[in-house]
Amino acid sequence: MAMSASEITNMIKEALPDADVRIEDLRGDGDHYAAYITSAAFEGKSRVQQHQIVYAALQGKMGNELHALALQTFVPNA
Amino acid sequence: MENIIFERIKKEIAENDVVLFLKGTAIFPQCGFSAAVVQVLSQLGVAFDDFNVLEDNDIREGIKEFSNWPTIPQLYVKGEFIGGCDIVREMYETGELTDLLAEKGVSFNAAA
Repeated sequence: MAMSASEITNMIKEALPDADVRIEDLRGDGDHYAAYITSAAFEGKSRVQQHQIVYAALQGKMGNELHALALQTFVPNA
Repeated sequence: MENIIFERIKKEIAENDVVLFLKGTAIFPQCGFSAAVVQVLSQLGVAFDDFNVLEDNDIREGIKEFSNWPTIPQLYVKGEFIGGCDIVREMYETGELTDLLAEKGVSFNAAA
């Protein structure tokens, strides 16, 4: 049971309303995506913490329904 | 039951400067993401303990709770969780990984 790009985007935006989310479907199989996410919630956080915020937004899907999500997180430039 | 697994993980990352929990081994990584981290470490000439989670389901699941990180591979340097494939690759490209290794006194070949 894979996930759609819009499902991923909606889940992230639900948790991070200000987030700018860009999803790339790497293989067209609904299982391998790259995501580029910009949110003020990442400010002052380490990369690990930033990615953990995204994984929390995905409510356990990461590593289960979603096998691969190449993540790049950014802080909005002031 | 969980703390027995956490104790085993703590022991593993305390006894080895660099530990990579991966699917497969350093010689035969069995997943693209694990292979990518093995390649970064090999290019830098960093000695590391390769822990094959495919042979130990307790650790395979326990490590995800231990670090609050849902995927494998997971890299630890001097007991600290550094990240998975994305982060290790990004840090390698920006030079942060070699800075971190130097700061923690882990040897690598600087020419890489």
